Amino acid sequence: MDYQVIAFWLLSFITLGSALSVVFFTNIVHSALALIVTFLGIAGIYLTLHADFLAAVQVLVYAGAISILIVFGIMLITRGDGKMAETNLFGKYKYTAAIVVTTLFGVISYFIIRTPWSIETAALSENTIGDLAEILLADYVIPFELAAILLTVAMVGAIVIAREVKNPK
Amino acid sequence: MEFLNNIFVYIAQWIRETLATLGFTPVWVEVSMAVVYLVAILGVCTLAALFYVLWERKLAGYIQYRPGPNRLGPNGWFQTIADAIKLLTKEDVVPSEADKIVHLMAPVFIFVPTVLALAVIPFGKGMAAVDLNLGVFYLIAVTSLSTIPIFMGGWGSNNKYSLLGAMRAVAQMVSYEIPLVFSLLGVVLITGTLQLQGIVEAQSQVWFVLLQPIAFLIYIIAATAETNRAPFDLPEGESELTAGIYTEYSGMKWALFFLAEYCNLFIVSAMGVTMFLGGWQGPFLPGWVWFLIKTHLLFSFFIWIRWTFPRIRVDQLMHFGWKFLVPLSLANIFLTGIGVYIYKNGLGWW
Repeated sequence: MDYQVIAFWLLSFITLGSALSVVFFTNIVHSALALIVTFLGIAGIYLTLHADFLAAVQVLVYAGAISILIVFGIMLITRGDGKMAETNLFGKYKYTAAIVVTTLFGVISYFIIRTPWSIETAALSENTIGDLAEILLADYVIPFELAAILLTVAMVGAIVIAREVKNPK
Repeated sequence: MEFLNNIFVYIAQWIRETLATLGFTPVWVEVSMAVVYLVAILGVCTLAALFYVLWERKLAGYIQYRPGPNRLGPNGWFQTIADAIKLLTKEDVVPSEADKIVHLMAPVFIFVPTVLALAVIPFGKGMAAVDLNLGVFYLIAVTSLSTIPIFMGGWGSNNKYSLLGAMRAVAQMVSYEIPLVFSLLGVVLITGTLQLQGIVEAQSQVWFVLLQPIAFLIYIIAATAETNRAPFDLPEGESELTAGIYTEYSGMKWALFFLAEYCNLFIVSAMGVTMFLGGWQGPFLPGWVWFLIKTHLLFSFFIWIRWTFPRIRVDQLMHFGWKFLVPLSLANIFLTGIGVYIYKNGLGWW
């Protein structure tokens, strides 16, 4: 068997297993930690697709930054020693969740089946970073900058909301 | 001379050829080489930590005008070995209310980002275990993972001091990662490559510490904060938090945290040498000797900082990071960008 295939199956197993653990763990901290493993597994799958830059971004942004945000949230909001039933009060809506998840699953499957997957035979560029820079900063510079402005606005907004109030009236 | 310079490259080649003649298929040669590299990296890591634990105590003694460890062996040089044996034979205490798995996994996982980071560091010409195209970016990505085991340790111990220490550590490491990354960006802008070997080779004429002095200072400060060392050692501030995240750790588990701290400091020094101080470039001596000398000097500089400055407060830490270092590093990138543009294109009328 091809080593890429073995790597793919191993990584999918890790990713899906830890994703299931996120849902089934009863302690919210364990769920958060399992989520980090899921992120890393996805980074591994990107690596098997030769998307090394994307894999590094996945590790940096998801496993390194977003998971830390989640962890911070958990440290501030946990109740009852992190038991899911007491901390995550939205966890009770089983039927609503089932409908939402089934719809999402259906939509994603529909698009996966409808997409005509083509196999690229051209050789991969060695300099992925340079090519990406060209696409992001030349061809699509306006959407890229708009996204940056949007993020800055969101951050400033969050700071304004969270700022301590001086001289409350 | 040429032979000494490449001695480790030759050794790697020799192992590779021997494995091939023993009848290994190319894939298994690669797998075996990965194991060899891993063992080498772990060896460097452990030896560096063992040496620098003692070196720090010696240097601290010198700075504070006292002898430091001087009883075991010649001039106290066996002190660390004795300490290691003591830590190995100590009873392993797990708090009864602790989250046991998370508590036990934290000191194991703390080594993952450390070993991953060491994989790309060029110890000499052609002496990186893996020479990635994305070198710098990869290093930033894997070191950003090091906050997670610290959080695990703080949470899993189920102790208020541990949790407070973990919160401080996470906040501090996330805040100071930004100026750290920005300070490295200046160098990347000049060289136009993320490959660590390329960055070292670009410094054959002039070290980047001369072209990027502000970035180097920001790097030193942010790196001290990233490794949680004084004056930024708030996560384990003894006077407030007993020992912070390490409060409930004893014996070998504590030793692993300790080892990882020194390995991380070694990586940070090696990274500083690679990015700003010319890496393995230098006259007369073989490249890897130069690399070790420079890393040693930078490491000693970090020790000097630690034993000179008092610990700062949490609010001072955050204000300094966000209101001073981040804007300064952004300004540095801006100026570097303009400088690089002018250097490449001229001023137009000139």
